[in-house]
Amino acid sequence: MPDKEKKQGTNISRRNFLKGVGTGTVAATVAPSVLIGAEKEADAQTGDAVASATIQLNINGKPYQVEVEARTTLLTVLRDGIDTSGTNIDLTGAKLICDRGECGGCTVMVDGKTVYACMMLAMDAEGKQVTTVEGLADGDNLHPVQDAFVQHDALMCGFCTPGFVVSSAALLSENTKPTLEEIKVGLSGNTCRCGTYPFIFDAVKTASKKM
Amino acid sequence: MASWGEASESRLIGKRIPRLSGKDKVTGKAKYTFDINRPGLLYGRILRSEVARANVVDLDLSEAEAMPGVKAVLPLVEVGRQIRYQGQEIAAVAAETDDIAKDAIRRIRVDLEELPFVVTEEDAMAENAPQIRDDWAGNQSEPNVREEGDINAGFEQAAVEVEATYHTPVQTHVCLETHGHVAEWEDDENLTVWASTQGVFGVRNDLAGHFNLPANQVRVITEHMGGGFGSKFGPGVEGRTAANLARATGRPVKLMLTRKAEHLVAGNRPSMTQHVRAGATSDGRIIAYDMKGYGTGGISSGAGFQAPYVYHVPNRRTERRNVAVNVGNQRAMRAPGHPQGAFAMDSLMDELAEKLGMNPLEFRRINDPSEVRQAQYTLGAQEIGWHRRNSVPGSGTAVKKRGIGVGSGQWGGGGGDGTQARVTINADGTVEAVTGTQDIGTGVRTAIAIIVAEELGLNPTDVMVKVGDSGPGLPSGGSGGSQTTASVAPVIKTAAAAAKQKLFERVAPQLEASVEDLRVGNRTIYVVSDRTKTIKWELATGQLGMESISEGGHWDRELRQGGVAGTQFAEVEVDTETGAIRLIKIVAVQDCGLAINRLTTESQINGGVIMGLGQALLEERLMDPQTGRMLNANLEDYKVPGTFEIPEIKSIVFDTHRKVTGVGEPPCIPTLGAIANAVYNAIGVRIRELPITPDKILTALAEKKA
Repeated sequence: MPDKEKKQGTNISRRNFLKGVGTGTVAATVAPSVLIGAEKEADAQTGDAVASATIQLNINGKPYQVEVEARTTLLTVLRDGIDTSGTNIDLTGAKLICDRGECGGCTVMVDGKTVYACMMLAMDAEGKQVTTVEGLADGDNLHPVQDAFVQHDALMCGFCTPGFVVSSAALLSENTKPTLEEIKVGLSGNTCRCGTYPFIFDAVKTASKKM
Repeated sequence: MASWGEASESRLIGKRIPRLSGKDKVTGKAKYTFDINRPGLLYGRILRSEVARANVVDLDLSEAEAMPGVKAVLPLVEVGRQIRYQGQEIAAVAAETDDIAKDAIRRIRVDLEELPFVVTEEDAMAENAPQIRDDWAGNQSEPNVREEGDINAGFEQAAVEVEATYHTPVQTHVCLETHGHVAEWEDDENLTVWASTQGVFGVRNDLAGHFNLPANQVRVITEHMGGGFGSKFGPGVEGRTAANLARATGRPVKLMLTRKAEHLVAGNRPSMTQHVRAGATSDGRIIAYDMKGYGTGGISSGAGFQAPYVYHVPNRRTERRNVAVNVGNQRAMRAPGHPQGAFAMDSLMDELAEKLGMNPLEFRRINDPSEVRQAQYTLGAQEIGWHRRNSVPGSGTAVKKRGIGVGSGQWGGGGGDGTQARVTINADGTVEAVTGTQDIGTGVRTAIAIIVAEELGLNPTDVMVKVGDSGPGLPSGGSGGSQTTASVAPVIKTAAAAAKQKLFERVAPQLEASVEDLRVGNRTIYVVSDRTKTIKWELATGQLGMESISEGGHWDRELRQGGVAGTQFAEVEVDTETGAIRLIKIVAVQDCGLAINRLTTESQINGGVIMGLGQALLEERLMDPQTGRMLNANLEDYKVPGTFEIPEIKSIVFDTHRKVTGVGEPPCIPTLGAIANAVYNAIGVRIRELPITPDKILTALAEKKA
């Protein structure tokens, strides 16, 4: 089930990593008497002696070499990463929405399985095939899911759409003829606020006929 | 008189046409403000208060400023001032990476002297509550009292009375793209801002005022925008801060709110609590209505709601107050005041009907002055199968019980004057339509293309639509109040008609015909009285040379109309052992006037219903009275509808007239009442407090038994 894969996409999730680092540094950086600022989970990194490394990533079939910190997520690399040759990776289709593996806005595929890119450390993606929404179409030919999303108006503001498109494509790659109930389960890791769900379900059904 | 013509004459208007931005949105190419990446971009972050109320004793930015990679740190609060809610801005940083910015805001030291606070309405109104607003005794505004008719005489005529208290909690907008901006100064006097906004010109004018610049030296761009729902007008503190950080560093700065801040400071729908006593005559007329209510819009006012709602009530007295709490301010949210008012009124209607022993739908027919809704009741009742509802609510012994309910709504959406637009026909046959509105997901970009294409005999994809940019200097209003399409469409249509006229004038002599005798269709201009005389579109436009035709339009009132009625029916299934509520089906019959694009209109209705069902069953901002903090400022504990909550939704575009109106807001109104009434019809106990959650169901069932 794609949904489960998202939550367990890597051996060391960001949450576990943070747990491991612990919160020992929190007290030193917080003003006396009052806790101020970002959520506690972010307090694990204080900017001091941040470990970094140069890693090789394969994204949409293209090799990239990027310098990342241990804390850098796959999502940050996709969106804001700069290849060591100086080019911006600039794959901004995946969005940061909830920032904690809840909404699916950052869904990408890693070795064919859907993953929340905000919950996967970039270092854990090394040596794996990363596919983003930008990598689904074959040139000008849209993936059947993409085409069906357009035809059915399965999007409004469109901010969640890349995540839904990737999840839908992954669902259909595992189950080419899902029932409505299976579509709901398959896309349960994605959230839309405009309320496009009914047309998304229609779109996935239409796309499934072309798979 | 200008008109949109008959439906039979329309080639495109009213049809189902996929939106023009679809391909960019499904491939990830669509660039939102959050996606803008500029050379030398810095990342901004804001340090916010975690406490609800405090005096700022000291603020030390030096440690943050000294960090490598930090380019600017700006205070956003003065020492000596008071913090009044969690999330209030303290200071901002701009840094080379977002991670460095995150680190840096934790190196800002602020010394706060905590003060007593209140974060719930009950605490705010309690005796001896800390006074959090100097101007409101007891933290409450002066009551707004209105009276019509003779309420005492009304109650004397009443055969039945209901007295009840209805409550809806605060709901937050949960825009998936958080509020944010990318600000870039070209020089000291020219600013470009990419803004996630519902109003590019509003942001432009605010920032121009803030920096004391001529308005045309600020350019605001919103190519795509990830949801606003009423909360994204004006740059806010964060937008001004982004521009200030960019100015301080001489580099572009991106500053997006965090998900947590989005819940805390980016607006919300105020709560509502209303205590109502109402009476109806034995022949089924509501005759008297007495309501005392309050709500909170946070530290500000703005907690209004509609009461009574849509039904005719001759004798009434209403009293409303705002209650101040130490929580971030409300902002307009999709049909402000309506969904909560509709929930209370439609619940009350069913309670009165039951006391009278009447069918709730018949009771509505007697009291609803809207002819449109009268027709919608008939259609909606057929679609849902109203006859299947429990004649005795809660009857039967099954564990899972089904019920059917109805709710109603009303909205304006007639648009307004003030939009400027240009439609240009170029020599190469291309056509552009430019205006300063913005497409916040409603599909107005596509609607503009449809209107121009209909007028010029082209396809929507032939029209290059440019919106979401103040650069061309063609203002349009903010996208709020369901006003966008009705404001923009008449101007676009008249501009396209003017451009067509100019082209006809150009080619009429060659065709030896009068301009009035010309038509265009299928990329060909032809003479009506002699169809053998034609000229291909490209041949006609090719004669323009360097002189493109470029025409403006005007807001022709005859082309739009406000006032839309809506009715919804819901069927639910309630598990009486677990309290779980499953929506089976919702039928939304929505007056849409002239739907320019039936497909995107249906999307809007679906979206309204889904936001409404979220408010009915899931959504609630939870404040902790002990700490003053929001307990669910995230997306796992603040529940918005997901795939499992979506029932079969039948969205019916109810054609009423051939004039453009807006439907962004109205479909979210009737859903709450319809669901609440369906739950009652299923289990025979009434939940008067939203969201209707399993715990409330089980508690109510247990109380009924006891």
